Amino acid sequence: MADMKTAAYICKGCGIGERVDTAQMAKIATKEGKMHLVREHDFLCSAAGVQLIRDDIDKEGVTHAVIAACSRRAKTEAFYFPSAAVARANIREGVIWARPDTAEARETTQEMADDYLRMGCGELKKMKLPGGNPDTGHAKRLLVVGGGVSGLTAALEASKTGYQVVLVEKSGSLGGWAATLHKRMPVREPYADPQDSGMNELIAAVKGDRNIKVHTNAVIAKTDGAPGRFKVDISVESGSSVTEEVGAIVQATGFTTYDIAKLPELGGGKSANVIDQATLERLAADGAAKGQPIRRPGDGGEVNTVVFVQCAGQRDESGKHLAYCSGFCCGASVKQAMYFKDANPAINTVVIYDDLRMPGNGEDFYRSAQRKGVIFTKGKVTSVEAQGQGCEVKFRDLILDEDATIAGADLVVLATGQVPNSGVNIDIPEEEVAKMEVKPVSILNLTYRQGKDLPQLTQGFTDSHFICFPYETRRTGIYSAGPVRRPMDVAQATEDAAGATLKAIQAMENAGLGRAAHPRSGDLSYPIVQLDGCTQCKRCTVECPFGAIDEDEKRYPVFNESRCRRCGTCMGACPVRVISFENYSCDTVGAQIKAVDVPDEFSEKPRILVLACENDAYPAIDMAGMQKNCYSAFVRVIPVRCLGSVNTIWITDALNAGYDGIMMLGCKHGDDYQCHFVKGSELASVRMSKVDDTLKQLSLEAERVISHEVAITDIARVPQLINDYAAKINEIGMSPLKGFA
Amino acid sequence: MGDLNTQMLDKYRNNFLREVEEKVDDGDWVKMCMQCGVCAGSCTFGPDWEHTPQKIFMMIRAGKREEVLTSHSMWLCTSCYNCMVRCPRKLPITHIMHGLASYAHRLGLAPKNQPTRDFSMIFWENCTKTGRVNELKMTISVYFREGFVSGIKKMWTLRNIGRGLFFAKRLNPLELFVSHGCKDKDGLRRALKKADEIEARRRGYAVQPRGYSS
Repeated sequence: MADMKTAAYICKGCGIGERVDTAQMAKIATKEGKMHLVREHDFLCSAAGVQLIRDDIDKEGVTHAVIAACSRRAKTEAFYFPSAAVARANIREGVIWARPDTAEARETTQEMADDYLRMGCGELKKMKLPGGNPDTGHAKRLLVVGGGVSGLTAALEASKTGYQVVLVEKSGSLGGWAATLHKRMPVREPYADPQDSGMNELIAAVKGDRNIKVHTNAVIAKTDGAPGRFKVDISVESGSSVTEEVGAIVQATGFTTYDIAKLPELGGGKSANVIDQATLERLAADGAAKGQPIRRPGDGGEVNTVVFVQCAGQRDESGKHLAYCSGFCCGASVKQAMYFKDANPAINTVVIYDDLRMPGNGEDFYRSAQRKGVIFTKGKVTSVEAQGQGCEVKFRDLILDEDATIAGADLVVLATGQVPNSGVNIDIPEEEVAKMEVKPVSILNLTYRQGKDLPQLTQGFTDSHFICFPYETRRTGIYSAGPVRRPMDVAQATEDAAGATLKAIQAMENAGLGRAAHPRSGDLSYPIVQLDGCTQCKRCTVECPFGAIDEDEKRYPVFNESRCRRCGTCMGACPVRVISFENYSCDTVGAQIKAVDVPDEFSEKPRILVLACENDAYPAIDMAGMQKNCYSAFVRVIPVRCLGSVNTIWITDALNAGYDGIMMLGCKHGDDYQCHFVKGSELASVRMSKVDDTLKQLSLEAERVISHEVAITDIARVPQLINDYAAKINEIGMSPLKGFA
Repeated sequence: MGDLNTQMLDKYRNNFLREVEEKVDDGDWVKMCMQCGVCAGSCTFGPDWEHTPQKIFMMIRAGKREEVLTSHSMWLCTSCYNCMVRCPRKLPITHIMHGLASYAHRLGLAPKNQPTRDFSMIFWENCTKTGRVNELKMTISVYFREGFVSGIKKMWTLRNIGRGLFFAKRLNPLELFVSHGCKDKDGLRRALKKADEIEARRRGYAVQPRGYSS
């Protein structure tokens, strides 16, 4: 850039001035960093210090500034200059706090500070001020898929916030499962009795809301586009198709009950008097409408004994049934036992459970049922068989540790679980789908290259970062809510719907402004691809965890920036390095790697490059500094957006530059991943497993490149890992590649 | 008292939980147990119990009338109140154990020669007679509970303690012949009789003279 004017600001506050020679650093910034303007300041984040930088930007025309002070994670508001590209050199957390304040450590500490400043200068010159994604869409309507309690709540919440909603429901009426309930679990003090489901009011509210357009008997034929500009074709009852333009989507497609016929050992499908919870709700509602008690479905006889079998076909370790706990069914059985006890206390109701799980205020509800005389027996049911007009239930009593039998049960209710309605599992290859008897039906029919529906994680539920970002799926702007995400009850689904709706609104608004959605919310940078260098290898399109990259007719990648989360996984994947971000690229990191002053083989000062994930590993290293957990002075840490963005060229560059070791710190991957970008750390570990061969070819030891999974809480472990690795490098010796770069 | 047992069997058929709720002190708490097992883990006599309180509650719900009422378990309770303090559902476990023991005793189902039960009966007999415990007589009754020879043996083993108590003027052999009494013995008996009547009324028993003889 011809009119680039660079400046370096070196802070002396927080003890930096006493611990390192800032005058020397200033000299380095001028001579080696070639900064046009270099300033030292006693207290840079003070009003006067910030004003100094602001004046330089406004009056001196500074376009690029490197701030050598605290970590990039600190003082972000003070050092926010939207009109200049800013790099940060971490002298406080990364150098003086991470090093002992002793005379013998002074030399290496100074080298560390000098290097971080050199790296900052190098990075700065390769950076551009991000301008925001120009490919924006301004649709601010929300599409809600599913008209059950989650979908209705989502629609209503969005409308209350002032947004237009299009609601699509597959069946002919709204309400879903919740509308079939006779009553629901209580949500208010004293949590003692079942209460009205309130679904009629909710349905009426949605129907009467002018912001909400409802399509019943409708399915989605095609979803095209990206956040802010989704084009959705909806097939409606008449057979015609309606196209709606929406900004974001909430998928609340709910669940199907586990098929009771799959449980013949528990009498499922064999006896009319063995029913699931959904059927009992219907019997109760029908009975209440006629003013009659619940009768035996088999012969209409009187019900005197009811047995509830918990975990029927759930928490199954044999692999035959559902492996998980659906979480809502204990509460449902307690509620249903009350249907009987409230009508006639003489009816004997027994709940056979393994672990009674009553989340929320369910514990009060459980006590209320005990007070009403519902019997709770800890046991595992082994068989249910028809006997006379009723059933015989055999079970193992887990407290008394003996086999027991309940004879003459008029009704046996199986607590079967929830199976998510999540559409097509896009990870199953097409050949296998072709072999299936029942073909899965897609819900969203996305035109994305990577598949028609939301990716799933495990057990068929849509993927969501269950600890930190529950509603986020792997498709930006599409949020899942309710039991399609994880099993849940009405109260949880209601809360879930509100949460997902708010996230969807944020995504639409960010998309309209050309900014990233979660987790780099507000980021204005976006991936830029130089197509003339592209070799059509497809790695970026395959590896993008968010399905942001499609393909055109000529098989070149097509970036849908609004779908992008800015993790840089495509950048890490690209073998010809044609993908970059304005302020984060192969060059910005490469320049940092090359800026480090690598001492010669005989100096006894190795150099270790640490590539640390900015979400977890880098904060952990910062916090180690804050806790004064010191670590080796030979490491140079570079934060990366995600380990997925690590391009192997950086490894090659570092080894060629004479680094003695490279350490990559990223998040846990697998089914219980902690990676903010879902697949980044996993992809990085796959890529790095292939580095070993290259190392051998260069006759370097495999230990020269290592990686670790770390969490943000590993404040004591990370310094230990670094020190162990420094000791290891000391053991295997200095790199033979020094001095050739 | 076998009659009462038959009556109760008739009345409650196989609904033992309801029987306990209506007849046993604090028995209406039994249904509130959530089977966490904290009582069983807290009991100082834990390993020695045939059935822990947790199991007793489960057995009541499972209708195991005979097994519960003939059990030695409730008689082992030392009233340390550990279980009751720790119970997350605030069940008065100690009281329920005593209630069950007392009910079993009343029905004549309590185990024979159960030491706690024997001691309790001897103690009650002894103290209701005069309104004061005659320690000498009570000790002798307890020692000779299992026969003459075993009584003599027990006395022989503890002879030094006896001698010590005598010289410390804590044991007066004359008490064997002249018992001390409280001030208003008749008043005490009337109070006990009244209490008996109240209990019988509440629990629906026929009032049975328990022999508070003078």
